[in-house]
This record gives sequence, structure tokens and C-alpha cells, in this order.
Amino acid sequence: MKDVIIRPERCMSCHSCEVACAVAHSRNKNLFSAVGEDPTPRKRISVEFLPALGASMPVTCRHCKDAPCVSVCPTKALTQDTDTGMVIRNLERCVDCWTCSTVCTRFSSLYQLILATGCWNSSMLCTHKIIDRRTEKGTAIKCDLCEGRELPACVEACPTHALVFAEVEGR
Amino acid sequence: MKQTAFEKSIDSASQIMLQKAEDEGIETAWDRYEQQLPQCSFGQLGICCRNCNMGPCRIDPFGEGTEKGICGATADIIVARNLLRMIAAGAAAHSDHARDAVLTFKKMSEGKAGSYRIKDEAKLYSLASEYGISAEEKSREEVAVELASALLSEFGKQEGPILCTKRAPESRLKLWSELGIEPRGIDREIVECMHRTHIGVDNDATHILLHGLRTSLSDGWGGSMIATEIQDVLFGTPEPKKSTVNLGVLSHDKVNVIVHGHEPILSEMIVEAAEDPELLELAEEKGATGINVAGICCTGNETLMRHGTPIAGTFLQQELAVITGAVEAMVVDVQCIMPSLGNLTGCYHTKFISTSPKADFPGTARMEFHEEEAYATAKEIVKAAVENFPNRNLKKVSIPEEKQECMVGFSAEAILKALGGSPAPLIEAIAGGAIKGIGAVVGCNNVKIQHNYGHVNLVKELIKNNVLVVTTGCNAIACAEAGLLVPEAAALAGDGLKGVCEALGIPPVLHMGSCVDISRILVLASAVANSLGVDISDLPAAGAAPEWMSEKAVSIGAYVVSSGVFTVLGTIPPVLGSQAVTALLTKGLDGVIGASFAVEPDPFKAADLMLEHIEGKRKALGLK
Ligand code: SF4
Ligand code: SF4
Ligand code: SF4
Ligand code: SF4
Repeated sequence: MKDVIIRPERCMSCHSCEVACAVAHSRNKNLFSAVGEDPTPRKRISVEFLPALGASMPVTCRHCKDAPCVSVCPTKALTQDTDTGMVIRNLERCVDCWTCSTVCTRFSSLYQLILATGCWNSSMLCTHKIIDRRTEKGTAIKCDLCEGRELPACVEACPTHALVFAEVEGR
Repeated sequence: MKQTAFEKSIDSASQIMLQKAEDEGIETAWDRYEQQLPQCSFGQLGICCRNCNMGPCRIDPFGEGTEKGICGATADIIVARNLLRMIAAGAAAHSDHARDAVLTFKKMSEGKAGSYRIKDEAKLYSLASEYGISAEEKSREEVAVELASALLSEFGKQEGPILCTKRAPESRLKLWSELGIEPRGIDREIVECMHRTHIGVDNDATHILLHGLRTSLSDGWGGSMIATEIQDVLFGTPEPKKSTVNLGVLSHDKVNVIVHGHEPILSEMIVEAAEDPELLELAEEKGATGINVAGICCTGNETLMRHGTPIAGTFLQQELAVITGAVEAMVVDVQCIMPSLGNLTGCYHTKFISTSPKADFPGTARMEFHEEEAYATAKEIVKAAVENFPNRNLKKVSIPEEKQECMVGFSAEAILKALGGSPAPLIEAIAGGAIKGIGAVVGCNNVKIQHNYGHVNLVKELIKNNVLVVTTGCNAIACAEAGLLVPEAAALAGDGLKGVCEALGIPPVLHMGSCVDISRILVLASAVANSLGVDISDLPAAGAAPEWMSEKAVSIGAYVVSSGVFTVLGTIPPVLGSQAVTALLTKGLDGVIGASFAVEPDPFKAADLMLEHIEGKRKALGLK
């Protein structure tokens, strides 16, 4: 299936993806009326600064069914809520080993980059705003690949193509 | 995703050229717009600030992220500051144009610009007396020199008010002075905008916006008005005349010279040079049957109003004119000239000639223009065009057949004259209900709206409902292309308006000139208000800019509203990121200045808003 792939080396930190995501999940699907809506539309993507890279990158989580990141996490820092399917991260247990990112299709390109630059950091370090977020009703705020849209809003909005919508294996 | 030629414009000449562009693989503004999509949300909402180098700072419109810039500026402050800078740029553009017109006038009066003459002596003397300059025992030139320096001092003066504001109704003047927004000097207000928006200066949205109104007034009742008046003195006050518009005015067998931009100072000379026997002879030698000057944008409106020179198109038709393959020279001065013309003219034989000391573009042949040698330079330019005629590649030439008759030249003076010398018949028609009110529809084109769709439909809707429309700028050209500027268009008007138009032999839509000539509308509105003994804000009148895009339009919108006229914008200004600023512009201003803005992209709904407003004002005046 197709998924949103992140190419962090291209990210300009403009936050366009975030706004586009919130608008895509607003009632009117229009920027100018979305700004006044109640409840406020919520984004599913977050542009996070990675100190070790000295750069920002967009982070978005699908809260995959049988999330691979959860199953590979050696310290059980990542768990999945059986009811909501939400992936939850326990900061205290995380040892920045980066293993989760090696299996997440969205982050694999980042992983390659980090290997190339010799810089070691956990993608999950910065994902708290996305992974652990829930609505007031308690459901996970998760990327739904923009159901009903041909091209996800974040991908469409990204001026530098740091986000691409591409076929990935095994999802 | 890709728009078809039909979706891009409602005008068939433009559609044909857009199709030609596509067939030839030529890129236009519409293609570049598509490549820009989706556009940056922060920019559209006005919540990005680059005013200092701690930034850029952005505000999260959905309240999850940042609420303040690094200095602490909120969305309200950032939006207001950005808007003020837009007004400053717009006022600067109009007023710097005015300054150049006055400087030309000054050089002419000192005998240093021999190509120019005084064409409207009556206006010279009436302006001079407005400025307290006595004409007694002085030569005409001496009066002109004095008037020139008096006008020039309006730019640099520190203590107001700018003199032309005195033309506004008494109650308006009082309101401005109570609010502390009487404009002082033109340059002063613009400079103060830049000062106030520097980091850490003015940080209260209302306070910032009030200065925006003051600056805009220094444009409408200052820069723009001075430009109009002095151009009338130099080139003549427009009178009704016939002409033709649209791409079809380009000629198959004549040398086509397009004058594009905003100032008539050079184009007046070009029009003259195109009749020079020497050049006509040369044209014949080169195989052409003559020289055809056609305008685009407001340079076009200026020569149209005074000489009936045909107009090739609106702002969004500038590229399409070149795409006809029949333009020998695209001669430009300042404002609204797309830098894309450089590449584009390279695909055809067209010479792209830039003339203003202030404005150069990629790929131009530079022929800088100075008043001292005005006619000589104009001749050289036209000569370059004529010599380019044999290079026309006939295989690439395709001129749409569409051209439309129009009746133009309705300066405030001309309108009063048509009415028999006083606004009384117009007022009677309004009071009697034959005419419901006056709609001032102006402004640019914008790729965000189908070319001319907003303009034409809004105006048609208004006249259908017996609203007399006055128009300037690209709206005027759009209306002309749609056949609304002929007396026969009265057939499209409601019965009341139709009757008045037929009796006077005028179109239901009156072309009042270029964008600086919106000052003519202010003068007309003041005349009507004064003779009724009311304020402009009491009149059954409304304004609209259905397809606006430029910063000048922001300044115009602000001074029209500050003058008391409710105004509907057809494209959304970058202010919605601040609820406070939005509320102030769309409601709050009403209580302060007696008018406000509305935003409505749909021209039919926009017309409804204007009609509703006009009805409300009629009721308040006790009219049926
Ligand atoms: S794909 Fe859609 S839902 Fe997912 S992050 Fe992008 S915009 Fe948001
Ligand atoms: S981090 Fe990646 S693998 Fe884990 S749940 Fe989110 S999208 Fe799926
Ligand atoms: S839109 Fe693209 S460049 Fe901008 S922040 Fe998002 S991923 Fe980065
Ligand atoms: S002026 Fe304030 S909001 Fe603007 S860039 Fe500087 S710190 Fe940011």
C-alpha cells in the first residue's frame, strides 16, 4: 500500500504540512473558515527540532495495527493500547537506541540519513506530540492518510517534497 | 488539476491566446499559479513576521503551537503590522508616481521639458487658487512654477493637513481630525508606517490600523489626487470619446507598440511619436501600413481616456498580448509589469523595452526616459519598434478577432457636464429611485479568480438593479471588453437606470480612468454629498474590488473605507489569522469611520451585499 514517506533532509521547517493536516481534518476543509472553527481542528503531523541533527523534521504516526516499532522495542518503552490502538511511549524507559525507527517505514529514510551522517538519535525522542496525543474523547489522534483525499494534505502542502506518498512494502 | 483555457478566463480572446500558449508550450501566470499551489497558509493568514532577524516567526493558527513571535508579538500585532506595510507600499507606489508627474510639470514650467505643454489651463488656474496662489500679474508659467513647488511640498511637509483633503465634506474632515488621522505629509505617513512596524515600536493592532487609515488618506486625497490633477493639467482633462478594446485591437499590418504600466508621462509622447511623419515613412519602408499604439493596465487607461488610444487588455492579458506574436515592442514604465515578460518576449520577436529609471526587468532593452528629452526618447522607442516589424514571424502570429467598442473619458468634470453642469439631475434620479445608488467598482485581475468573471458579473448585477457604476483600472477594461461601456449596454440595466442612460446618451458604467483616478470618484462623491449637505458615508453608494491583488489596492480599499464608503473585496486579504483585526475591518470600523469592509469572492453575493447596503442608506435618508 501507499504511505507517507519522510525525507527529512529536505525539510525547511515551514510547518505547512501541519497547517494543511489540520485543515484537512476541519469541518469545512478550508483554511479561512477552519481558523474560526470550534472544536479547533487538530493536526496529525508535527515538525520537530532534532538537536543532534541541528535540523527539523516532520513526524507523523499511523498507530499501525500490530505496530512494528512496539514489537522491536527492547526496553518496552513503546506499547500499544489494546482498546484504542494508540502507540504510547514511556520516556523513562527509552534509551535512544533507534531500533524502532529502523522498522518504521515512514522513518527509514531518516534512518539512512542518520547512518550516513554518523549521528545517533532516536526518532521517538521527538514524537511525543504525535504519538502520545489523544482527543478529549480519549481516542488517538492518528494519521489516517487523509481518508477521502487522493493525495494526503501534508504531502500536497510540502513545498520541498520532504513528504512523499509512495508505495511501501508489507504494510 | 490543470485548468483549461475556458476555466482561466471568461474572455474569448484570452481563451484563444491561452490555448495558443498551451499549444506552443508557453508558460503563463496561470501555470505558475498552479505550480505554487497549495500556497503557504501562514502567508495567506498574515501570521508570518520577518520584521527582524530573530525571526522569521509564525503563529500557529490552530493554537497548538506558538502563540507569539520571539519578541512577544501576537497574531493581532503581526497581522496589523503586515497590513500596515502593504498600505505603505501601495500609498508609496501611487504617490511616487504623483511626485514624478509633478516634477515633470515643474520642469515643463521652468522651460526644461520642452516636449510638454499645459493642456488644461482652466484646471491650472483653479488648482493654483485652491493652493492660494494668485494669478494676478503673473505669466502662466510663473503660476505653474509656484503651483509645482506647492504641490511638491505636500510630499515632504511635516504639518498637515494635505490640502486636497479640504475637498471632502466638512463632517468627514471633522471626523478625521477627531480620530487624529488627518494626513500630514505624504512621505511622512509612509515613513511612519515603516517606523511603526519596525520591531518594538507600535504594538497595538487598533493603533497600528488607525495609522494605516491615515496613510491611505494621504494616498487617496494626496498622492493619487495630485497625480490625477496634474496629469489633467499637462495632458488634458478627459472628455467622453469612443475607442476599442481587447487583443483584437492589435493590427496585422501595422507596427504594434504596447504601452504598459501606470504613468502617462512617457506614453503621451509615444502616442505623439506614433504620428510622426518621419516614423510613418519608415514604417512604410519596412512594409507596415502604419503604427498602432495600444495600452495595457493603467498606462493604457491614461492614453485611452485622453486620446482614445485602444487598449489591448487588462493585467492578466499582458502575457497574452505578447503571445499573439504581433507585438513589435512592449514598452513599460512602472507597476504591475510581470518580470516574466523578459523570458516570454524572448520566445517571439517582441522587443521588451523598459524606460523608468526606477524599474528594470530581465531581458529588456533599456531606453531610459528623462523628461528633458521626452519626445526624442519616445521617437527612438517607436523607431526601435518599427525597425523590428520585418522580424515578425508570420507563422507565430495569431491575433484574436475580438475587439469591442467602448465609450470612455468620464472625468468628474465630464460627468457633471453630461448632467448639465451640476450634480442635481443625478441626485434627483437617485432621490426619485430611478437610480438606486452608485457602485464604484475598481481593481486588478487575480489568478485566484477566473479572469474578468468577478468584474463583469458584479457590474452586470449592479446595473441590472439600477445601480449606476463608476469604474477605473482593470475593472474598467474588463467591463469594456464585456461590452458594458457603450450606451447600448443600457439595455442590460434596470428600467430606471436605463431611462437615465438613454436620456443622457451615456453607458450605465462610466469609465473614470486609471487607478490613481479613483481620486476622481472621491471628488464626485464629495460633490454629491456636499450638495445634499450630508457626509459621504450617508450616500447610497458602495465600492468593490472583485479581483484585486496589488498592495496599491490595499491602500485604495483603506482610503475608500476611510472616506465613508462600504467596500467589498473579492479576494481574501491576508488578515484572517487575527480575529481582532478581521472583526475591526469588517465591523468595528463602522462605528469609527462610518464604513467597513466585507469579503465575498462570489460576485453575485457581493452585489447583494452592496445592494443591501445601498438600500439601508436610502432608508436612512428617507428615500424609497
Ligand atoms: S497524511 Fe493526512 S492525516 Fe496523515 S499526517 Fe499527512 S495530512 Fe495528516
Ligand atoms: S512509529 Fe511508525 S511503525 Fe510505529 S506506529 Fe507510528 S507509523 Fe507505525
Ligand atoms: S511542509 Fe515539508 S518542508 Fe515544511 S515543515 Fe513540513 S515537511 Fe518540512
Ligand atoms: S519582530 Fe518579533 S515577531 Fe517579528 S520576526 Fe522579530 S521577533 Fe519575530
